Amino acid sequence: MEQHVRSDHPVLSLGLRKRLAPYLLSFPGGLWLLVFFLVPLVAILSVSLQTGNPIKGYALTWHFSEYVDAVRTYHAQFVRSFIYGSISTVLSLVLMYPIAYWIAFYGGRHKSTYLLLVLLPFFVSFLIRTLAWQFILADQGIVLGTLKSWHFLPQSLHVLSTPYAVVAGLTYNELPFMALPIYVALEKIDPSVIEAAADLYANRTQRFLRVILPLSSAGVYAGILLIFVTNTGDYVSASLLGGPSTTMIGNIIQTQYLENSNYPMASALSTILMAAMLIGMYLYARTFGTRSIEEFV
Amino acid sequence: MSHDDGLDPALLRGLTQRRMSRREALRVGAAGAGALGLGALLAACGVSGTRQQAAKNKGKDWAKWWSQQHKTGQLDFANWPYYIDTKHGKHPSLELFEKQTGIKVNYEPVIQNNAPFYAKIAPSLKAGQPTGYDIIVMTNGWELTQLIDNGWLIPLDHSRLPNFFKYASPSVKSPNYDPGNRYTVTWQSGLTGIAYDPTKTKRKITSVNDLWDPAFKGKVGMMSDNTELGSVGLLKIGVDPAKSTPADWKKAAAELTKQRDQGIVRQYYDQSYIKALEDGDTWITQAWSGDVFQAQNSGYPHLRFVVPEEGVMSWHDNCMIPMHAAHPVDAIEWMNFYYQPKIEAMIEDWVWYICPVPKAREIIANKLGDKTVANSPLVFPTAEMESKFHDYYTFKGFHDYNEWNNTFDPIIQS
Repeated sequence: MEQHVRSDHPVLSLGLRKRLAPYLLSFPGGLWLLVFFLVPLVAILSVSLQTGNPIKGYALTWHFSEYVDAVRTYHAQFVRSFIYGSISTVLSLVLMYPIAYWIAFYGGRHKSTYLLLVLLPFFVSFLIRTLAWQFILADQGIVLGTLKSWHFLPQSLHVLSTPYAVVAGLTYNELPFMALPIYVALEKIDPSVIEAAADLYANRTQRFLRVILPLSSAGVYAGILLIFVTNTGDYVSASLLGGPSTTMIGNIIQTQYLENSNYPMASALSTILMAAMLIGMYLYARTFGTRSIEEFV
Repeated sequence: MSHDDGLDPALLRGLTQRRMSRREALRVGAAGAGALGLGALLAACGVSGTRQQAAKNKGKDWAKWWSQQHKTGQLDFANWPYYIDTKHGKHPSLELFEKQTGIKVNYEPVIQNNAPFYAKIAPSLKAGQPTGYDIIVMTNGWELTQLIDNGWLIPLDHSRLPNFFKYASPSVKSPNYDPGNRYTVTWQSGLTGIAYDPTKTKRKITSVNDLWDPAFKGKVGMMSDNTELGSVGLLKIGVDPAKSTPADWKKAAAELTKQRDQGIVRQYYDQSYIKALEDGDTWITQAWSGDVFQAQNSGYPHLRFVVPEEGVMSWHDNCMIPMHAAHPVDAIEWMNFYYQPKIEAMIEDWVWYICPVPKAREIIANKLGDKTVANSPLVFPTAEMESKFHDYYTFKGFHDYNEWNNTFDPIIQS
């Protein structure tokens, strides 16, 4: 009886409800994005086009030449950030693919233990881990100091304050973000597919290159995306492990915002960094991604 | 072809060409509205200035204001880390204050650096909101000047600070950045000189020029704070930083750039410079006096601090009460309590920067029996040392400040 009444007098017709459902479902997430993503984005865009000073205030004057100044003054740091970001991404791919591969195919029943081991260092604060490297790599520290006292290394050699230290720090700090997506992609591969390849006389190399690698490309794609974007904008590694000429664009943005109160310059730099990354990612997605990322997600 | 047949070309175009559909018109309209909306939105994001409170404070009768304030029994105190006596995680001087006055102190060592802390509290002060702190400690410099000029500090009631006027050293009374101590009293002072490891440099260091010695290539530490870096550059070219001009800054910057490009500078350090010196990453470095003294007494007795012959930068960290503080009476009571020689001695014997109360020396030497601290010229400087003290350049406005930043930042962040 009740059932009958309800279908006779619906608050909303079934069709309308069906059409509204996706919007209602995406409303909380959409609102979240609007408030915490879109609003700050618009604010940054606006501030980058303002002129003034913190005392008198800033007003929108469509001062586009801030962007010209930003590129002219800081192009070296932009280029450096992209180079460091790329090198550290490639390094972590080379380092983590074999590990993910091994865990996925040879981990047996201890797979989750091995995964936990990969993650374990990351239960320690990111800052402490980077500072630990500062301690380990010190000129007279446990590594260099020992090797120097055995005369394996010249006394004047140092690793800290060099680009190597910064790239190593960047690579190290993001390793699990490469390992996990690749592991998930490899794990999903149906073993019978590999067996089928073997039945068709594919040797080990061919099986890897023509079956396993393409099937894990979604994981590789996601890993590269995660690491490249994070590392290019990073500023902690450069400030703790770097030297006088390893400044990354993140360091400049931080200084302009927090030290110098030069908000328009900091905003312009942020916008350029974001735009450059979006374009890069778009091209990357067009070339390698789209289908596989959807599949992966 | 002639147009004698009377067909207007415009009409012809209109008749033959596709007209704009309703949908297209809507799309164009929406895009236009969107662009306008975005423009309005962008304009609405303007950032207001910081001088409104100063205008509001004009002509305010602060004596009357103070007479209306009451003790609340609570004090929220923001300070820098390792900047007060500490014993088993507690602070004896604060405990004594709590016992004597009944005021509960919430002590938070949250200030790591002037600019970021200023950036943290400025939005609240601009909005006319309390910062959550009744006392904050800031170094004399751009941020402190801004706090004063923005009207973001409560002028101190001198009748409640008898100990300050009785015991404070002349060096902290009426400083140039706060004439008449209207807003601040000094917490500690310090020096920015040179520290070095004689076992590595193999010689005595006496001059700022030693920071440019190619013999120490890759082993020289400089500070990433651009005020410190610029000031030492000015001392190097023989200019008093306080009286310098933008032309001098350029010359100093050229010297500093040369030092960097010749590979002499190992790195531009924040507070971690002292660890680099202890670890042997640097042999000679710009340094703050108190840190070196603390290092000497915690396993690195061979390290040395020198006041170079060209001079040394002297600075003051100051206590102040931010606007809208909830417990101003309790705050000023602490400031007065702090300036007793007995209390100052307790704190000084742990902090080891420059003591603002000369009378504390006797107490440290006799009652506390700590001759090392009492006799250290880094805690109680000699007159000969004081003759080499220099003040920082005082920025005359944001333009000035920006020019300094633009001159020295590219050296640190290349």
